[in-house]
Amino acid sequence: MESITQPAAVSLLGMVAGLIGVITLVAVNALFLIWMERKVSAHMQLRPGPMEVGWHGAIQTIADALKLLGKELITPKDVDRWVYLAAPIVIFLPVLLSFLVIPFSQNLVIRDMNVGILLILAFAALTVLAILMAGWASNNKYSVLGAIRSVAQNVAYEIPLLITLMSIILMVGSFSLVDIVNAQNRFWFVLVQPVAFILYITCATAETNRAPFDLPEAESELVAGFHTEYSGMRFALFFLAEYTNMFIVSAIATVFFLGGWHGPFLPGIVWFFLKVYFVIFLIMWFRWTFPRVRFDQLITFAWKILIPLAFANLIITAFIMKLR
Amino acid sequence: MLERGLEEKRYVLNLGPQHPSTHGVLRVELELEGEFITKADPDIGYGHRGHEHMAENRTYQQYLPNMGRVDYLHALAYNQGYCMAVEKLIGLEVPERGEFIRVITAELNRIASHLLWVGAYLMDLGAFTPFLYCFDDRENILDLLDYLTGSRLTYCFYRFGGVPVDIDDDFTEGCRKFIKRLRSRWADYDNLVTKNVIFINRTRDVGVITKEQCLKYGLTGPMVRGSGIPYDIRKSEPYSVYPRFDFEIPLGERGDVMDRYLVRLREMEQSLRIIEQALDQIPGGPIMAEKVPKRIKPANGEVYAAVETARGEFGCFIVSNGDLKPYRIKLRVPSFGNLSILPEIAVDTLVADLVAILGSIDVVVPEIDR
Repeated sequence: MESITQPAAVSLLGMVAGLIGVITLVAVNALFLIWMERKVSAHMQLRPGPMEVGWHGAIQTIADALKLLGKELITPKDVDRWVYLAAPIVIFLPVLLSFLVIPFSQNLVIRDMNVGILLILAFAALTVLAILMAGWASNNKYSVLGAIRSVAQNVAYEIPLLITLMSIILMVGSFSLVDIVNAQNRFWFVLVQPVAFILYITCATAETNRAPFDLPEAESELVAGFHTEYSGMRFALFFLAEYTNMFIVSAIATVFFLGGWHGPFLPGIVWFFLKVYFVIFLIMWFRWTFPRVRFDQLITFAWKILIPLAFANLIITAFIMKLR
Repeated sequence: MLERGLEEKRYVLNLGPQHPSTHGVLRVELELEGEFITKADPDIGYGHRGHEHMAENRTYQQYLPNMGRVDYLHALAYNQGYCMAVEKLIGLEVPERGEFIRVITAELNRIASHLLWVGAYLMDLGAFTPFLYCFDDRENILDLLDYLTGSRLTYCFYRFGGVPVDIDDDFTEGCRKFIKRLRSRWADYDNLVTKNVIFINRTRDVGVITKEQCLKYGLTGPMVRGSGIPYDIRKSEPYSVYPRFDFEIPLGERGDVMDRYLVRLREMEQSLRIIEQALDQIPGGPIMAEKVPKRIKPANGEVYAAVETARGEFGCFIVSNGDLKPYRIKLRVPSFGNLSILPEIAVDTLVADLVAILGSIDVVVPEIDR
């Protein structure tokens, strides 16, 4: 804990710098991801995607964001006003805080905590609260259905997610993300824990409410699910949170399975981002290829397949660790 | 469980009339228990334009363009049904070449309708990408029909006594190219959609319709064939030149949503076969009957003509009282009958299933509301 020995002013300065850095990263990253999603989907669908604004539509999302900023903020009649207004902020805050512990490279981590992964998972659980708030307060039946689905889904998928990550934590013996990356300087954990990697990606897709597990906002069933009644920048915050969440789960995948910043020739931070965007590409690929699962199938899949598999994986890992 | 005076409340959800997956302005009133449906009540009439009443105020020719707007997805079959009825009424004989052109274009239109259905249906199930692949294939048909008829969607191409424009080598060439192209696509559709585990789980044993229910509700088209009843007007009451072609009627076994999907997919292949044979066998000669009367003033009487559209049986019943305008035209549309089974099969399914079932019925709402 070197920060404790630093003077308070330096520490404060570092935190402010970190905060500004994170907010910039979140904004730029979301803009890039939305453009990337549109391009990836377009090329999978035999079309060019945005081409007009900037090089290959590169600043299309900035134009879209400006448009959203200029939109009227509609508050429907009879909403639970404070909850309705708070939900977009509540969904966005934990997303920001999760960046505190993500190690972008050897030295570039705002604060390396010894409970790093627990912190991220705890904040991720707050997302459900925000979705429930949004769905409940909107005074819209589709929103409530979306919120109910979201809670059941997130509770079901957080368990295998945590158990899967636990098997890696067993191997490393630390919750700190930096320690976990350092443990992979010889080989990546995806090589020894392929099942865990697949389980993690599946759970992460469900955790971020992405297709084929996008039931809380299933368009053809629930119109737009929990954010049906949100417009303008409030809607944009939900959108932003979704893409930033995607970045965070991909960053965890990179840290736990793909060796974090490790890689030859290029600097660590470049490797880190390359791997993160590769995982994000995988998640996008799912979305544009699969139909949506049904709600009961989704829950059955989590409780009857993913959780037993994750437990089996954990127990086998524990045995092997004991034998070594 | 209800000790504290908790009452079981009906949760009523209005699906539509503005909803992404009701395909037009259909409203389904759902009563839910959790996500289970206890009652589904379709409410129609939002797109009512009074097509049948319009017929009573127009001459026979003036009514022809209405036919492209009843079912906009398989407009040519409606053209054909109406033309056949009027031809029967005034005793016109369509020359062979004219009939062949009608069959070729109607089958192309049928494929276009089914392709759109496959895409839209998968979008209902949450897969966006197949939609654009289907539209890409469908675009070829629209180009072909645009070249021949001058319009892309609401066709008004057939005339009493034949067709106004002959097909040329470019069109024939384009058709053959398209047949080849679409055939090369079946493998993709099968591998990416039909064999997808999620798709199978969403559609197998969902929305099962028994043979008895089919007969009870008067279902037609892929709905009835999905349940294993070989009822296709092209075979059972052959019209036009269909008896000359060798094609099969694809049948389902279980009568679930998956079977209806497969029936439609295989029907497209059969339509390709019909087009291929028609292009090979097409005879020369005139495309319009000689001596088509300018003023159509049939004698007293009534006729009925039925054709097989992409959705089922379309029947046109005309009553004439010897005037320039028909006394009454009754349009028997397949979607109306097909939709009527929804309340029975939707009960005890999930909301997501309802979307799958509603999609599998393939309703065209303007056709119901006509």
